[in-house]
Amino acid sequence: MHVDLTDQYHHLDSRIHELDPRVKVLVAVAFILSNALLPDGSWIAFALSWLILLAANELSDLGLGFTLKRSLIALPFALVAVSAIFSPIGEPLTVWDLGFVKLIPTDAGLIRFLSIMLRSWLSVQMAILLVATTQFPDLIHALEHLHLPRTLTTIIAFLFRYLFVLSNEVFRVLRAREARSAGLPGVKSGGNLSWRIKTTGSMAGQLFTRSYERSDRIYQAMVSRGYTGHIRTLNPHKMVREDWLVLSAAAVIIVLIQLVGWIR
Amino acid sequence: MYAPVYLHIPDGFLTIFVSLIFWAITIIMVGLAVSKTNRTLGERQIPLMGVMAAFIFAAQMLNFPIAGGTSGHFLGGALAAIVLGPWAGILVMTSVVGVQALLFQDGGLLVMGANIFNMGILTAVIGFGFYRLVVGRKRILRLTVAGIGAWIATMAAALVTSLQLWLSGTTRLEIVLPAMLGVHALIGIGEALITVAALVYIEQTRPDLINPERTIEEGGKGWVVGGVLLALAAVLISPLASSNPDGLERVAENLGFLSSGVGPNYRFLPDYTIPFLGDTPLSTILAGIVGVLVVLVVIILVGRRLSKTEKV
Repeated sequence: MHVDLTDQYHHLDSRIHELDPRVKVLVAVAFILSNALLPDGSWIAFALSWLILLAANELSDLGLGFTLKRSLIALPFALVAVSAIFSPIGEPLTVWDLGFVKLIPTDAGLIRFLSIMLRSWLSVQMAILLVATTQFPDLIHALEHLHLPRTLTTIIAFLFRYLFVLSNEVFRVLRAREARSAGLPGVKSGGNLSWRIKTTGSMAGQLFTRSYERSDRIYQAMVSRGYTGHIRTLNPHKMVREDWLVLSAAAVIIVLIQLVGWIR
Repeated sequence: MYAPVYLHIPDGFLTIFVSLIFWAITIIMVGLAVSKTNRTLGERQIPLMGVMAAFIFAAQMLNFPIAGGTSGHFLGGALAAIVLGPWAGILVMTSVVGVQALLFQDGGLLVMGANIFNMGILTAVIGFGFYRLVVGRKRILRLTVAGIGAWIATMAAALVTSLQLWLSGTTRLEIVLPAMLGVHALIGIGEALITVAALVYIEQTRPDLINPERTIEEGGKGWVVGGVLLALAAVLISPLASSNPDGLERVAENLGFLSSGVGPNYRFLPDYTIPFLGDTPLSTILAGIVGVLVVLVVIILVGRRLSKTEKV
């Protein structure tokens, strides 16, 4: 689990923040789609995509390097792609003899690896920018406008609402376990493996029953306030001229990037 | 708090075709889940599923040290499906994976279909399928099978993740598969033990939540077939693939699925191009558009079905 449990939204009054959330979702997804469509080794197109990203960062008033800071989150996954370097196609660059195995990096393999890393790096930054400039309830509302089933968006809204509450509960339970397992320095604390598993399982079970009972109370409270099965919002989200402008500009830019990537 | 979880694939690691295929499967399954739960559960169940999704999200933070700095942790798909029923379990896990990707960039957006399939649908179907097999039997048998189901579900998720990465030309199967299965054989044991321990606790404190009638009502015998078949497929493929990746590659090649290890490995549209246009950029882009259209059609068809059931 690699989550720093804070809301990722950064409140500012920039032009990006004020865009309709639908536009932001569509542009972010189109940008990620465009990265996936670009062929391996289209460095100029990747560079252009990065410039677009920088411009979006700047327009959002969060600062040029804002998304860069969090962008390394997907890095551990690079380990999986490393083996692409030793792809059997392409010209061998060199031979690394490790004794038990011979590794032969090839030029095509290296290009593939770098392209995968670039795509991932660019895409994750756009996703970071999307949630940094859009409040999560607005995001859910946008997904509803984009015809995600109501059942699903409502579940997600509840998940977001209680995520932080239940996470705090988890931290409390974990702290309690640690407090009970205190030991002297140098002396092994806590029980053996089966004790640990049983404790963790009981923690999960207890959290489950607590959550279950909490959801019952939430439901009762909501029904008494007029809940009929879906959540309403006071923010109607209307597309204005600026939204359409940004949407069409983004479409044109992405088509251009694709052209640059494919024509050489 | 940090532990590398190699099941959340980031954007960029799967080709567009693999992403779209798994989006299509995921949309169909989630669509079915939405319409089933709409029919069988009242509006009361929606807050329940939402809070349960938050529970799974939070419970994934529970970890326990095993040895040598590694720690076991929890995916929760099997537990969610056993306690809430398979369809509700799929919806809960879909929301969890979706929010992890949307809010915390834990997994990509374009590849979310694949992530939901691996961590949400596979684990729920296999976990519930195994439990459904022994529902109402002796306690010890039930718990053992639930544990085995949870372990196999984790392994299946790791296996399918490896296959997706390999089909995308991101990795060499003979490297990624033993690594993924090796790591997840351990993680799966943790998953199985926590699932069983949690079931024991829930049975003791709230026996009304997992009694046999309830489980049978939530999913029929068909789930046994589905879960066991998926598990069997995983069991059959993994030793074959890990001991003899060339063999699997040859099978894939013979089926026209894989063009002898070259770049992105797909043959759904031959060589990612429209045949009569030849190997030009235009043809590749058109092939991409065809793929997007197929997914759109799936979305519209599922959406129609949903809007019908939602109005009722």
